[in-house]
Amino acid sequence: MDLRLPSKVLEHIFSFVDSNEDRNSVSLVCKSWFETERLTRKRVFVRNCYAVTPAAVARRFPGMRSLTLKGKPHFADYNLVPDGWGGYAWPWIEAMAEKSPSLEELRLKRMVVTDECLEKIAASFKDFKVLVLTSCEGFSTDGLAAIAVACRNLTELELRECIVEDLGGDWLSYFPETLTSLVSLDFSCLDSEVKLSDLERLVSRSPNLKSLKLNRAVSLDALGSLLRLAPQLVELGTGSFSDKLDQEAVSKLAQVFTELKELKSLSGLWDVLPEYIPLLYSVCPGLTSLNLSYATVQMPDLVELLSRCSNLQKLWVMDLIEDKGLEAVASSCKELRELRVFPSGADVDETNVAMTEQGLVSVSEACPNLESVLYFCAQFTNAALATIAKTRPNLKCFRLCVIEPFAPDHKTHQPLDEGFKAIVESCKDLQRLSVSGLLTDKAFEYIGTHGKKLRMLSIAFAGDSDLMLHHLLSGCESLNKLEIRDCPFGDTALLENAAKLETMRSLWMSSCGVSFGACKLMSEKMPKLNVEVIDEHTPETRPDSSAVEKIYIYRTLAGPRLDMPEFVWTIHKNPEIGVSHLAIE
Amino acid sequence: MITELEMGKAESELELGLGLSLGGGTAAKIGKPGGGGAWGERGRLLTAKDFPSVGSKRAADSASHAGASPPRSSSQVVGWPPIGSHRMNSLAAKSAREEEEAGKKKVDDDEPKDVAKKVQVGFIKVNMDGVAIGRKVDLNAHSSYENLAQTLEDMFFRSKPGTIGLTGQFTKPLRLLDGSSEFVLTYEDKEGDWMLVGDVPWRMFTTSVKRLRVMKTSEANGLAARHQEPNERQRKQPV
Repeated sequence: MDLRLPSKVLEHIFSFVDSNEDRNSVSLVCKSWFETERLTRKRVFVRNCYAVTPAAVARRFPGMRSLTLKGKPHFADYNLVPDGWGGYAWPWIEAMAEKSPSLEELRLKRMVVTDECLEKIAASFKDFKVLVLTSCEGFSTDGLAAIAVACRNLTELELRECIVEDLGGDWLSYFPETLTSLVSLDFSCLDSEVKLSDLERLVSRSPNLKSLKLNRAVSLDALGSLLRLAPQLVELGTGSFSDKLDQEAVSKLAQVFTELKELKSLSGLWDVLPEYIPLLYSVCPGLTSLNLSYATVQMPDLVELLSRCSNLQKLWVMDLIEDKGLEAVASSCKELRELRVFPSGADVDETNVAMTEQGLVSVSEACPNLESVLYFCAQFTNAALATIAKTRPNLKCFRLCVIEPFAPDHKTHQPLDEGFKAIVESCKDLQRLSVSGLLTDKAFEYIGTHGKKLRMLSIAFAGDSDLMLHHLLSGCESLNKLEIRDCPFGDTALLENAAKLETMRSLWMSSCGVSFGACKLMSEKMPKLNVEVIDEHTPETRPDSSAVEKIYIYRTLAGPRLDMPEFVWTIHKNPEIGVSHLAIE
Repeated sequence: MITELEMGKAESELELGLGLSLGGGTAAKIGKPGGGGAWGERGRLLTAKDFPSVGSKRAADSASHAGASPPRSSSQVVGWPPIGSHRMNSLAAKSAREEEEAGKKKVDDDEPKDVAKKVQVGFIKVNMDGVAIGRKVDLNAHSSYENLAQTLEDMFFRSKPGTIGLTGQFTKPLRLLDGSSEFVLTYEDKEGDWMLVGDVPWRMFTTSVKRLRVMKTSEANGLAARHQEPNERQRKQPV
């Protein structure tokens, strides 16, 4: 008896399967499930744009409505990936324009997006609704104008930390009067001033507008008039918060803020003057997310503000908050889930020394839901790490950046091995970890032994030898992304554990000691990986024993990429280079 | 528990392991004198200088929009600390503005900052020519020039077998104090002058030193001439 369910029934069942992880499992069951699943998948995530070809994706998912793509490796955020490396959105947009013209949503991260790309989107996808660009570059405000003018049903346009060639604020004026569907607009990363009257008109004809993130050029005065038009906002990113207003204007502004009954998220606040902080008090109790990481607010004012934020779940702030401020957070913000503390100076010397490891300890001890931490600090101790581990075993993401490289425990002068051991032992669900400070191979032995759920690991200036890498690659079963810079090891551990790399999304290593010969060997033996050597000096002319500057290795079904610049080498450029004389001295 | 990579036969080929076991046919490349293979040859930390046309372009481009030059951290290392470009530019613009307003506004938290800074008083910065990353050393933990020199030698030319110091070189006694090596130890005193280490009694040194620099001997000759103190040209006896 044929027990196969008819595809209509399968379709119906699968419509309840949201997560792509589940959908991926579903598609592995059998051919008919694979077929039904692929025809019904609407949201597609490609987390490495070079892992698969655009054509293959379009072919497999003809019903795709939403596409999310990531391009450059994470360390590109810190200028470690040279310009011109790749991550071009064009091939994807071109392919989708032809094969998936019903595409409605495009979310790109760390990709090169040109004005041509934006014009193509505007011209090709009739029902385009959502464009979210995070850490992208390569386009100008002209491209934005193209999107504005053509996308009749646009609901979201968000530019998060993009590098945009800013030709002026005119682009905003291209939104037609007929566009009334806007739900979210984020142009916080742009510099130029937009025409206020056009912005006001846009806001007033957008009844569904829930999220508005302005750029710095929008004055405080302008903010007031905008908020009057959009009291329904859930997310607000202010512009500059520093104009001198007279008393009447200030009280009017205060009044406007009290009308924001739905506001849950607040950001921006550039240059905020201390005397304006009380304006925010009325919205504090409702806030679940507060981003003060660009606001130069000093500790006493921060305490006043944060002690009113009893529902806060996410807090991003600078180290101006100091230990005292974090103590206030600990006592007031019991719902806190995510804390990020950024340095207020770009230099080690400029780190605020009134913020120490104690700040994080206070928050860890007092906030039971804390699960995600990013903490920049001048120095740390094993004892603090142990306390954090003990009090917060529910941590999922722990990124500690001790700004001074190789800094030991500042009380005992020991490496921070034992501290991180405590973290990985206790936090059994830890998925993301960044380590720093003085670390020996022991630390990585601990991580390999205990970090079984670890998916992403970032390491800089650490370890003593190849053992470090061996522990990680052989021990961390769930490891998906590994990024390493300036660690002293060579080829052995990498080659020993090469098979592991096929189970991971990617591996980045820069300023380490991997030789050109090892790269060649890996390329030869592991055809399902792209082994990219990123090196200013073309490695073909160098001996096998020479160390390469940067390596980026990722699994792929797409084979060698066709858009490699001169400074990126894979074996496909010189397939004739044999691996027979791999005498690595 | 594996504590050391097994040094198998001295082999001429690396083999690709399947991650099933470590050792057996592959020898550890580290620990070999003369510069540990690949690491030794390029045994220095790369800096922004190594990518004159790449890498920092993104920051430079965006900075020109932000109206400020990309900040250079004192150690001149690309991408450290790991702050995104947008944030970096914001910090650069901020410090530029603060310099403008210097003196106009008193920082409220001056007091606690000073107190906290005192905790660090024993530590001074050490930089070495050709090494991007500076270190800090605790003067209070040392009793003599010999002591200090030893620590610095360990720090920059780590002599533990199988490990690699910041410069990737192994077990070379440095002899920072007797003028016989490639490098000399110098310091900046409270007046801002750079002197060869060892010319004053230790205790006097610890009170007047601001920071240290392991300088190439070739450059240090200029130093002696500038100060025109003949005794600095000769080898120093540690006091």
